[in-house]
Amino acid sequence: MTLWEKMKASPVLGGKEGVIGLAVLAAIIFVVLPLGVDIFRLNLIGKYLTYAFVAVGLVMLWGHGGILSLGQGIFFGLGGYAMAMFLKLEASDPLSTKIQSTPGIPDFMDWNQLTALPWFWEPFKSLPFTIFAVLTIPALFAYIIGYAMFKRRVGGVYFSIITQAVALILSILIVGQQGYTGGVNGMTDLRTMLGWDIRTDSAKYILYFVNGLLLFGAIFLSKYIMSSKFGMLLLAMRDKEERVRFSGYDVSNFKIFIFCLAAMMSAVGGAMFTLQVGFMSPSFVGIVPSIEMVIFCAVGGRASLIGAVYGTLLVNYGKTVFSENYPEMWLYLMGGLFIAVVMFFPSGLAGIWDKYATKYGWFKEKAKPVKKPEVSTSEVEAQAVLTDTATEASLATESTSVVSKKVTRKKADASPAIESNKLRGAEA
Amino acid sequence: MSTLNRRGFMKGALLGAMMAAGLISGHAFAADFPTAKVNTTGLAVTDTTVKVGILHSATGTMAISETGSIQAEKLAIEQINAMGGILGRKIEIVQEDGASDWPTFAEKAKKLLEKDKVASVMGCWTSASRKAALPVFEKDNGLLFYPTFYEGLEQSKNVFYTGQEATQQILAGLDWIAKEKKAKTFYLIGSDYIWPRTSMKIARKHIEQHLGGKVVGEEYIALGDTQFGSVINKIKLKKPDVIYAAVVGGSNVAWFKQLNAAGLNSSKQTMLTISVTEDEVLGIGGENLAGFYSAMKYFQSQDNDSNKKFVEAFKKRWGKDAVIGDVTQAAYLGPWLYKAAVERAGSFDVDKVQAALPGYEFKDAPEGPVTVEANHHLTTKLRIGQWGKDGQAKVVYTSDYIKPDPFPKGYQ
Amino acid sequence: MFGYSMAEIGNIVVMQGFSGLSMFTVLLLMALGLAIIFGQMGVINMAHGEFMTIGAYTTVLISKVAATYGFTNYYFVFAIAIAFVLAFAVGYFIEFIMIRHLYKRPLDTLLATWGLSLVMQQIFRSSFGAKEVSAELPEWMLGSFQPTPDIDIPINGVFVMVLAALVTFGVYMFMFKSRWGLRVRATVQNRTMAGAVGINTAKVDRVTFALGCGIAGIAGAAFTTIASTGPTTGTLYIVDSFMVVVFGGAASIVGTIASAFGIAQAQSVLQFFMTSSMGKVSTLLVIVTILMMKPEGLFASKLRK
Repeated sequence: MTLWEKMKASPVLGGKEGVIGLAVLAAIIFVVLPLGVDIFRLNLIGKYLTYAFVAVGLVMLWGHGGILSLGQGIFFGLGGYAMAMFLKLEASDPLSTKIQSTPGIPDFMDWNQLTALPWFWEPFKSLPFTIFAVLTIPALFAYIIGYAMFKRRVGGVYFSIITQAVALILSILIVGQQGYTGGVNGMTDLRTMLGWDIRTDSAKYILYFVNGLLLFGAIFLSKYIMSSKFGMLLLAMRDKEERVRFSGYDVSNFKIFIFCLAAMMSAVGGAMFTLQVGFMSPSFVGIVPSIEMVIFCAVGGRASLIGAVYGTLLVNYGKTVFSENYPEMWLYLMGGLFIAVVMFFPSGLAGIWDKYATKYGWFKEKAKPVKKPEVSTSEVEAQAVLTDTATEASLATESTSVVSKKVTRKKADASPAIESNKLRGAEA
Repeated sequence: MSTLNRRGFMKGALLGAMMAAGLISGHAFAADFPTAKVNTTGLAVTDTTVKVGILHSATGTMAISETGSIQAEKLAIEQINAMGGILGRKIEIVQEDGASDWPTFAEKAKKLLEKDKVASVMGCWTSASRKAALPVFEKDNGLLFYPTFYEGLEQSKNVFYTGQEATQQILAGLDWIAKEKKAKTFYLIGSDYIWPRTSMKIARKHIEQHLGGKVVGEEYIALGDTQFGSVINKIKLKKPDVIYAAVVGGSNVAWFKQLNAAGLNSSKQTMLTISVTEDEVLGIGGENLAGFYSAMKYFQSQDNDSNKKFVEAFKKRWGKDAVIGDVTQAAYLGPWLYKAAVERAGSFDVDKVQAALPGYEFKDAPEGPVTVEANHHLTTKLRIGQWGKDGQAKVVYTSDYIKPDPFPKGYQ
Repeated sequence: MFGYSMAEIGNIVVMQGFSGLSMFTVLLLMALGLAIIFGQMGVINMAHGEFMTIGAYTTVLISKVAATYGFTNYYFVFAIAIAFVLAFAVGYFIEFIMIRHLYKRPLDTLLATWGLSLVMQQIFRSSFGAKEVSAELPEWMLGSFQPTPDIDIPINGVFVMVLAALVTFGVYMFMFKSRWGLRVRATVQNRTMAGAVGINTAKVDRVTFALGCGIAGIAGAAFTTIASTGPTTGTLYIVDSFMVVVFGGAASIVGTIASAFGIAQAQSVLQFFMTSSMGKVSTLLVIVTILMMKPEGLFASKLRK
């Protein structure tokens, strides 16, 4: 077997289609973008890609697990703050802070009349501990929240609202305890990491590639998990939780695990954010960023890992372009996007892609007989979500939605070529 | 070569001084200042134009406050262009929206400096946005004119601070109220972030060490909080002679409304605030504020010629209902100071402009003459205004000139 | 105690109790509409705060008109009525074009209405400007009522309290004493059966949603007496209101009242003894902890899902 065949056959990668999808994404992130745009834009894209970690986590949690967390900003923030604490300590050496009343502590502590480094800051002088903290603290926090809630079978909207409240609590706490956290200003003016200046262009290139590789690591890990038995259970849980429970599985443990994993990924994204942007602030912890990250995921397709990355890139690119040219328009567009995606394209970009890919037989014809429907590539699940929601909607509103479905189908028939071309344009 | 250069420089300086003094309405002398000479670092300066950035929040929660600054900066730039621009070059505005989000400020600052290559930026409002953007300005050697009164503790060669730093706003005001109202006990209250906290720290030291007074309470309110019942009751229990307040944003309105509703109006309670300008009064309502005091360097009601001209021009440009607060006036200074600096330097190069501005006295500032000091802050006067029901303040006290001191000894 | 006389402490306790009550009525007004929509229909309306803002802006505009034509003293009655009608109408429309397609997908409603809230905020900003505005209050509503020289009871607080009581009474009458209420409850309990006996369930949904929005409009009108109005005013309270509803047990109006009371008093007392942000954090933490232990809320209906 050649490598190509091996890859094609691998259920983890999701067959030929999955391999090509990944290869295209890799080409875009590692070749096209670095060559195509200058370092300023590339740094911005690197920043967007850190949100993609959260979106990938949400695909597993929400798209596959049916658990909508409106508090992923918590974990993004915790990861980002852990890294920021390390960098801030390095930037606050006694020499460069000699103008302060207490040299050697971060500037905001000095402004808040602290005279010594708080105890919980001490370990962040070490990089290994910081990396350890980025990976474990958010996961531990997620474990506590998840354990308390899933064990009591809190789910659905209650889980969303409570995670949202936790995000609110954490952001109030960070803003309120500014002597320890930098308050609403956040931690700014981060310069070096073990003496390596992270503000230079070369550092930005390196960080961009490290970020990209980590993101692919997260995607592969997710794909691996999704293609395992666990992934199937997760799906089953989303669709019929009771049945899985009656089959003897402890549903809550799966939920806790996936919640912790998504938290850990978000935290890695947060840490990479701090490194690439050079600061961290509470505006990434609260309710608004947490919900925005859900929309990145929804636009890409809530069940598609690769779609989530494209969704993140697209929405943020749109945000940057529109806010530069028509700041007024941006909120209309963002709001409209939320509504449109949820109402008309619940499977997001991935769903649209699938529809036409199937229609024109780009991949599906050959792919389908090979794969069993159970094999969980993102696309199959996206399809599942689509039908699922469509039936539910039609059940709910009876005849009206059937009519509207027909109408949309007619429209789709009228201009499939145009739309698919557009889509291809967007991909390229 | 060098003589030509110097002649150009002299001419520019003279012209600048004359223009600033309002003697002539200068005309283009771009030919005297070839672009290759005045722009050696690749800024967006052509033979006829110079790009200047405006970076404020046009959307989001801070848009409330920053809109006035945008308007003032645009007005100043339009006036400068009508007079022939800077060194014969019209100013072209590149406006970016910080969207009330600090990281966006850093991103947009980077865009203005690295992509648009603007020669200077008028912008930022909150300390948080400035702190976020500052590393960008320092790394790319940009030039920022920052209009807001702020906490001090900062001095960057890349920033000119056209508002007051904390000691300029606090000390003289406290001295006045202690003397005028024979105040001994003070209650300090502010929103919970760096500016009120630093200001209160300075105020407390001044009250305790220099005025022989006592601070009976110190309280910080979460940003955006609108429930003041408990805080007001605490104040009632302590019965301070003076409430010293630095509450900002939406909280401000709720604070004054609820204070009044709880019976603490100006006939029963003296209050000096350092966070209420004409802009905030719009939302608070004059009736809730009447009789309280604000310590600012500028009030719209100031009765001098340059201010009358400014107010008239502002209302003509932005509508008769427009109001002008302290920061709006400070923002108006930015483009004028930049113009003066470039003309003194005879160049748009950031380093030369930076070096040229300190020592310059801007005689026509609406607030009255101000001087740029070596520490990049302005020497200004402090004024105490007493608010009336119509939303305008009567200036009841004007201090002497106060030199800026961003790192005050004995107050840290 | 701390060098204060008993009388002084007594006065503070009275006023502190009142400020807790005042916070309670504000929370209650905001949560009531939400409780109807969420409790009866299972719809998470993240744009609830924006419906409140509609009411607030209506009041501000009417106060301006009133100042011009000289009926400032009693414009509030009109303002509340018009705020209700406007918010009701917008809610009715939104249900028709958006919400009804999303029933049974509660998480998606949440996201879609969040999008709606962004759009509405920008509409407010474009039409009323970014600056915060304030309604001019009639003379009689300013200042305080003094039963003794040392106790001040804010009149606007009393006003909001009376309004909240009226609205709560009205909602009670509507839900439990009217034909409409009967239909709403029937639909909630068994939609298919309700449909079978001839209730137009789609219309019931629409009216219920619009009613919740209308009450948010009244809350917004009341809100202008204590704070200002800006495009993003609605976002300030949305999470608090949700916590009230969830904490009270979604389907119970009594629960909503009790939980609004509990949360308001707790927060008010904590803020007296701690800093304001820590008071808020502690309150929220307690709620979240209790909810984790008792996810169905305080007054859950005894139905099994």
